[in-house]
Amino acid sequence: MKITEQQVRYVADLANLKLTEAEVRKFQADLDEILGHVDKLNEIDTSSVEPMAQVLYEAGETATLREDREVPPLDNTAAVANAPAAGGGYFKVPLVIER
Amino acid sequence: MDIPSLTVDQVKEGLAARRFSATELAAEALRFAEAENPKTNAYLHFAPERALAAAARVDEKLARGEDPGALAGVPVAVKDVIVTKGLRTTCASKLLANYVPPYDATAIVRLEDAGGIIIGKTNCDEFAMGSSNENSAFGPVHNPLAPDRVPGGSSGGSAAAVAQGTAVVALGSDTGGSVRQPASFCGVVGVTPTYGRVSRYGLTAFASSLDHIGPFARSVKECATLLRVIAGRDPCDSTSAGAPVPDYTAALGGNVKGMKLALPREYLKDLAGESGGLIARGVEVLKKLGCEVQDISLPATDYAIATYYVIATAEASSNLARYDGVRYTSRSGHSETLSDMYRNTRGEGFGAECKRRIMLGTYVLSAGYYDAYYLKAQKVRALIAQDFRRAFAEVDAIIAPVSPFPAFKIGEKVDDPLEMYLSDIYTITGSLAGIPCMSVPCGKTTDGLPVGMQILTRHFDETGMFRLADAFERAGGVAG
Repeated sequence: MKITEQQVRYVADLANLKLTEAEVRKFQADLDEILGHVDKLNEIDTSSVEPMAQVLYEAGETATLREDREVPPLDNTAAVANAPAAGGGYFKVPLVIER
Repeated sequence: MDIPSLTVDQVKEGLAARRFSATELAAEALRFAEAENPKTNAYLHFAPERALAAAARVDEKLARGEDPGALAGVPVAVKDVIVTKGLRTTCASKLLANYVPPYDATAIVRLEDAGGIIIGKTNCDEFAMGSSNENSAFGPVHNPLAPDRVPGGSSGGSAAAVAQGTAVVALGSDTGGSVRQPASFCGVVGVTPTYGRVSRYGLTAFASSLDHIGPFARSVKECATLLRVIAGRDPCDSTSAGAPVPDYTAALGGNVKGMKLALPREYLKDLAGESGGLIARGVEVLKKLGCEVQDISLPATDYAIATYYVIATAEASSNLARYDGVRYTSRSGHSETLSDMYRNTRGEGFGAECKRRIMLGTYVLSAGYYDAYYLKAQKVRALIAQDFRRAFAEVDAIIAPVSPFPAFKIGEKVDDPLEMYLSDIYTITGSLAGIPCMSVPCGKTTDGLPVGMQILTRHFDETGMFRLADAFERAGGVAG
């Protein structure tokens, strides 16, 4: 077995994801099967290969730099307009620190 | 005005000859799309006010004698993962059911500057994660050619809209095949340009090293026209490329005699059934057009699925962390603490496939597993890209299938996530390498289901890709 239900609960915790017991069981089985397939990667020798984090192609060193100039920022009202709870121009969240 | 068969050229001629105004066309296109939508569920919502305002601007330009743009008056459908200012953008997720973006994606700005008329936002898999459009929080899309079958995914709504004729062209997004596979299932043309060719500013991030915006149309030429409009450097996306954008349509209509093509052995060895037969007939058509065809090997192909599902889910787990019940999403109603609020919001809000990918991605990035999975996958990705680099030293284009099978029945594969992932094999490799690739219609099975043929070329050689696809299309495809 590649992954246990206990590990599934631990990973869900890392991901801030509340799972039901049925989901824990389902994801244990699904992830186990998928990780079993991913094990294929161990068949291939990559000892002399550099990891590829981005698609690379020929371009000048500064090709992705833009001119540094001021632009108006997103207006505060627009920034909080989609928040489920906002007030005074801020996002509101449940209590973080006990008084 | 025959809306479902309308072309970009017909719109242009009709407007120039004053046979109809852009406003009349937009109103008619909206009426038609809204009436047809119950058959497919391709659109999540329509944009009548925005469409009519854009059409009025086109009419004003025409009245003043100005050039109204390459897409003037053309009805366009946009996948609902691309943000539109003031127009709801849901990503087919319950979490964003009421999200109204405060800005437009760069592709949207360019589209509307060119006179394009956005008539609505299309259904897709939640956050573009899926291969069948069955992961939408707002119900599956039905394939317009076979309503009991999927349209493909994740850009299923955009492909279905173009196939059904409710839009002339559409925008989708492609991370591992999400434009090409639905194009193939719906019998339309779908293009994944070179990574960085189109700005992703305003495309909801799924896997940033793989995400693309790409066009759908009923012809190669119209895809080329739409790509030219949206392509090019954008200061708002540091990964967008500065390479000049050629006039892709100028290269069309030429001959492809002597063009060197390759068939990867690894792609064809397991391709069974009618799909394999149709691709073989497609290759015969290309040979008749004078192309030289040879076999090649892309040895790292077998590792592509594993590589992709490690990298894409790792990046997704990070990108989807922003949906936290604070800034844009809905929020779970019953949470005492901030931490509970995050967990409940995400647990209640995400659908099963998003959760599965967040879980897999978080796992492969977690302490002790990073090197074994994520770093390893990035190294194998380099080998996959190297396979293509070597191939393109010898040939001009690679011909491949798009999917192992045509459109399948709704519900047929939902219980087996790994099997669904494995079906992405032919589209994932090009995505990992970041090269341009497209699906062009390659006939239909005896059941009348479309099959697409894939064309892949070198970085930034969209021109060569379009030239070949256009020659194939003009030759009548496999029906010719």
